[in-house]
Amino acid sequence: MATYIAKRLIQGLVVLLGVSMICFIIFRYMGDPVLTMAGKYATFQEREEVRRALGLDKPTYVQYARFIWNAAHGNFGKSYISRVPALGLILERFPATFELATTATLLAFLMGVGLGVLVALKPRAWQNRLIMAGSLGGISMPTFLIGILLIMIFAVYAGVLPPFGRGQTVTIGFWRTGLLTVDGWKHLIMPAVTLATFQLAVLLRLTRAGMREVLTEDYIKTAWAKGLPPLKVIFKHALRNVLIPVVTVAGLQFGEVIAYSIVTETIFQWPGMGNLILTSIFESDQPVVVTYIMLAAFMIISINTIVDILYAILNPKIRYA
Amino acid sequence: MRERRIKSKLLSSFLHDPSAMLGSVIVALFIFAAVAAPWITPQNPYDLKAVSLEHFLTPPIWMKGGQTPYVLGTDDQGRGIYSTIVYGCRTSIIVGFGVVLLAGSFGVTMGLLAGYYGGWLDIVVMRCADTLFSFSTTLMAFLLMGVLKQRGIVTVILAICLADWVRYARTMRGSVLEVKEAAYIMAAKATGARDWRLLLRHLLPNAIPPVMVVVAVDLGVAIMLEATLSFLGVGVPMTQPSLGMMIAIGKNYIYAGMWWMIVFPGLALVMLVVGINLFADWLREELNPKLERR
Repeated sequence: MATYIAKRLIQGLVVLLGVSMICFIIFRYMGDPVLTMAGKYATFQEREEVRRALGLDKPTYVQYARFIWNAAHGNFGKSYISRVPALGLILERFPATFELATTATLLAFLMGVGLGVLVALKPRAWQNRLIMAGSLGGISMPTFLIGILLIMIFAVYAGVLPPFGRGQTVTIGFWRTGLLTVDGWKHLIMPAVTLATFQLAVLLRLTRAGMREVLTEDYIKTAWAKGLPPLKVIFKHALRNVLIPVVTVAGLQFGEVIAYSIVTETIFQWPGMGNLILTSIFESDQPVVVTYIMLAAFMIISINTIVDILYAILNPKIRYA
Repeated sequence: MRERRIKSKLLSSFLHDPSAMLGSVIVALFIFAAVAAPWITPQNPYDLKAVSLEHFLTPPIWMKGGQTPYVLGTDDQGRGIYSTIVYGCRTSIIVGFGVVLLAGSFGVTMGLLAGYYGGWLDIVVMRCADTLFSFSTTLMAFLLMGVLKQRGIVTVILAICLADWVRYARTMRGSVLEVKEAAYIMAAKATGARDWRLLLRHLLPNAIPPVMVVVAVDLGVAIMLEATLSFLGVGVPMTQPSLGMMIAIGKNYIYAGMWWMIVFPGLALVMLVVGINLFADWLREELNPKLERR
């Protein structure tokens, strides 16, 4: 097991290094940082000065080594637009994205697994067919459309929920949270539902398929025959075995959640990281874009590694050499 | 012989599944609309001569203020919503099939080679697959499009393909690993068949069925992804029609109660993808041996 964990960690590091190389290329060759820093009307001498100050006159491998060294120390340079460190700019937005993503994931997981079990028990009942039809809609409807339709229905026509922003927030230490005020929750409902829908439909379908397979197994028939209470058979015997792949997929979908949080935050003007990245892309703010990619890669790879290791621990069937 | 039996079995099951038929009828209709766009629309909304700004923001024809050629109303540039939807579906269909063809053929080739030869190629392909998977197709395509400054249909297709080919490679590789052990492959090997013959004549046709499910699902994924990218403003340029961009424009008028600019393109997009997914669901149940005992 120790070798497996070590192997997995090294793999993660290699991937991170690959991502950093791509980021370096973006940083160095997409748009001219000198022109951006010095301004259009700078003289040749001024430009050379900026070039030297940024270390762009050194050979490429030296620049890359410096990039890695700085990145490892959390220094990704300053934003071209607001002239403050890019990492700080992004981390300031982290709590908003974290609260949104966590709420959405919890919602998707609880509803997805719950409904999945329900549907698997009586696949032919009309309510359950309706749920399955809904899940087909859920995977066929792009996130941005769900968000806009929700705004249209609940904010524009019904006028019961606020259409954008995060509402009233409370600051605890460095963490600015919206979860402690009623207003904050009101603002959270629509974005969270929007972000949860896709995941919910996927987890529902996965749980249903898994339950349908497991429910035909002999040990479940034995459990029924023993006269165990239905809840125990369903949740303790059947669901436990289905849950391992479901949790794994939920973990692996983390990248998807980050991607859709960009869409959701843009629609609802949610002041999170996703909103920032889109603005930065339009403004060609390379340091912020690169920092975001590195940070997202770091989070995704960490979560995947943790999920993989947990999977190996939880599933006794799999033995890794 | 074996192949023909499978095909006729598939066909009869298809003809007995109303939702699969409905799905393929929907998809066929959309493909027809995409091909016949100039003949079934009153104007080409991207031909500046055909559009007049006077008719901007008119509601659908059955509402007060509706005007005759614009059945579903117009947008802020005076483009008819119906015409723009039909032309937008063209983009959707081109991107969808472009991605499936390009990513599919590259992914299947890589999966075939990785599964058959193993070794370092296998390691590289699977590492790529793991990495791209954890990043998710959407995030990858978004970041690629965001960083690229040249935006157009071709770039969108390439960005999605780059993020997406591993789906095919992974499925194909798994399928090849299974088929590789079959007796007829051994027999072909024993008769001294060359590698390329083995790959193309024996492995490819027998290992491809699971990939067909990926093709069907991916078609819908690619179409939604193009709409999402265009909605965010990193997809096709302003000068080209796209359902995603229509909805992005409609979003500016959401508080003015001009729902037709969002609802109709949204409906078209969802219908197309539901059609594809209905077909994909049927295909999955048909080709998944695990569910056969049901």
